Amino acid sequence: MVFEDIIKTENLVYKKTSFMTDNTLSYCPGCGHGTAHRITMEVLEELGLAENTIGIAPVGCSVLAYDFMNIDMQQAAHGRAPAVATGVKRCWPDKTVFTYQGDGDLAAIGTAETIHACNRGENITIIFINNGIYGMTGGQMAPTTLPGMRSSTSPYGRDVETMGNPLRITELVAQLPGVSFVSRQAVHTPRNVRKAKKAIKTAFELQTQKKGTTFVEIVSNCNSGWKMTPVQSNQWMEENMFPFYPLGDIKVPEK
Amino acid sequence: MAKELKLMKGNEAFAEAAIRAGSDAYFGYPITPQSEVIEYLMAERPYDRTGMVVLQAESEVAAINMVYGAAASGKHCLTSSSSPGISLKQEGISYIAGAELPCVILNVVRGGPGLGTIQPSQADYFQATKGGGHGDYRLIVLAPASVQEMADFVKEGYELAFKYRTPVMILSDGVIGQMMEKVMMFEQMPRISDAEIAEKYPWATIGKPKSRERNIITSLALKSDEMERHNIHLQAKYKTIEEAEVRVERIRCDDAEYAFVAYGSSARICQKAIEIARAKGIKVGLMRPITLFPFPKKEVELMTQKVKGILSVEMSAGQMVEDVKLAVNGRVPVEHFGRFGGNIPTPDEIVKALEEKIIGG
Ligand SMILES: Cc1ncc(C[n+]2csc(CCOP(=O)(O)OP(=O)(O)O)c2C)c(N)n1
Ligand code: SF4
Repeated sequence: MVFEDIIKTENLVYKKTSFMTDNTLSYCPGCGHGTAHRITMEVLEELGLAENTIGIAPVGCSVLAYDFMNIDMQQAAHGRAPAVATGVKRCWPDKTVFTYQGDGDLAAIGTAETIHACNRGENITIIFINNGIYGMTGGQMAPTTLPGMRSSTSPYGRDVETMGNPLRITELVAQLPGVSFVSRQAVHTPRNVRKAKKAIKTAFELQTQKKGTTFVEIVSNCNSGWKMTPVQSNQWMEENMFPFYPLGDIKVPEK
Repeated sequence: MAKELKLMKGNEAFAEAAIRAGSDAYFGYPITPQSEVIEYLMAERPYDRTGMVVLQAESEVAAINMVYGAAASGKHCLTSSSSPGISLKQEGISYIAGAELPCVILNVVRGGPGLGTIQPSQADYFQATKGGGHGDYRLIVLAPASVQEMADFVKEGYELAFKYRTPVMILSDGVIGQMMEKVMMFEQMPRISDAEIAEKYPWATIGKPKSRERNIITSLALKSDEMERHNIHLQAKYKTIEEAEVRVERIRCDDAEYAFVAYGSSARICQKAIEIARAKGIKVGLMRPITLFPFPKKEVELMTQKVKGILSVEMSAGQMVEDVKLAVNGRVPVEHFGRFGGNIPTPDEIVKALEEKIIGG
């Protein structure tokens, strides 16, 4: 069989969405960011929304999300993506607007913007990558770092007495009446990817119905920051992150 | 709404002009002495009048980043604050300048540093004209000296902001913001349509159709060569602005032997000081910079051919005087006179300072 025979419609089981560019991902091999990008773009394509979508990239490892997502994008200051998204969405209420943010961006420096955009019920979708660490700046402690977990600024493990407890901001956001849908997912196995994609799809569908803020957390790995192999990091995530950040829908709209 | 003569506070005139200039959105956070801006806007229901969005943000930080988002999607938007709030906005303003986005920012300056005082001041001159936030950038800075200019500079601000894709700051102060004057309000201008945005601002992020490459609004360039190129481009733009956009007003300069240089409310007080001085036989005039960046360097330099000395009058400890001195370059004596911390100089004090520091000096 030659290559041309394989690339036939009837043989096609997977095709990269054209809403991902051909640029080589800048993420560490094994990192969950790339998968989270891809399924977000697949959902926008499947819903026919991509051409009317404006994405907001954060400051963090995914600052260059606009190199990979083949849609109109803005890069926001650290933590301010929900405010930037508010500015866009208020002016363009019929466009689809989302932010893509890490845990330092969303749950530390940007806590106020996150809570208040959600509390106003801005019709935006927030995709929140929680890897329990500051990846981009070299593995410092994040608000989501687990108790006892080591990072470059908690080298002896997070001491909750002096460094505070990890923040479950997703549960906090779910309390707000402006938010219609909150789900926590993962992308480290095909089964989880399918579920995460379904949650992201629901989030964007609800946005088109103007149901208020929709929020999807993806508990992810940072194998570099955690100083593990990708396989070890996924195992560690299952054993340590998931018990503290249980997966599943946290808030769904009332029927 | 038609053109009409109104009696208004400076802050209200700014707000009414914001609606009439066809703004798409205002984002702000209350702070004295400029809270009338958002109060007026909320009371006016601009959404019903023109479709303009008005939103009270959770902070000045959020407000300026909302402006970033709206401006990046091609909309005409503005924000206002006073000194401490403008300090908070600086990171966002730097991003807006770096990403080359148009917007209008009003600073109704109050006395500082710190929480300072709610009384008027001009002590944010350095912050406004030298960049303010991090990185090599400038804002176009317009300095209104009347309620009329509080209104007119919204329109003019948008024109400059879109012409150069750069943020424009209106540097006012508590006097101009709070005082009531007659103002000829320009007639309602239409908001620009979505289709016009797509056509006139091809850089705007409004959703990528198949027909074009994606638009990216960012101030990031990880490679230093790329960042240097971007900086060179920005500097060239600021140079063009310096060459093309200087605005000044000269009052009684024709026969002047001495000159005041003053902007905003200080310029208003200097006009009274001129009358007092001239009654005493001192021929003094006023050069009022309307643009603080670009600063009227050549105009000030030219003045040195005629006058024997210059008094720079500001409600600060002496900030603009540095630019005056640079322009004069030692040709004639230049001194500063200011009251600050929320105090306003009297015309008599100014004349006395002229006599002591320049004429007698
Ligand atoms: C105002 C400001 N403060 C700090 C930084 C430095 N900084 C860049 S990314 C980052 C943390 C990012 O961590 P996270 O949001 O968890 O994303 P990740 O890199 O893990 O995906 C920090 C502190 C910055 N760019 N701007
Ligand atoms: S540092 Fe961590 S979050 Fe960043 S790309 Fe690498 S693995 Fe992913």
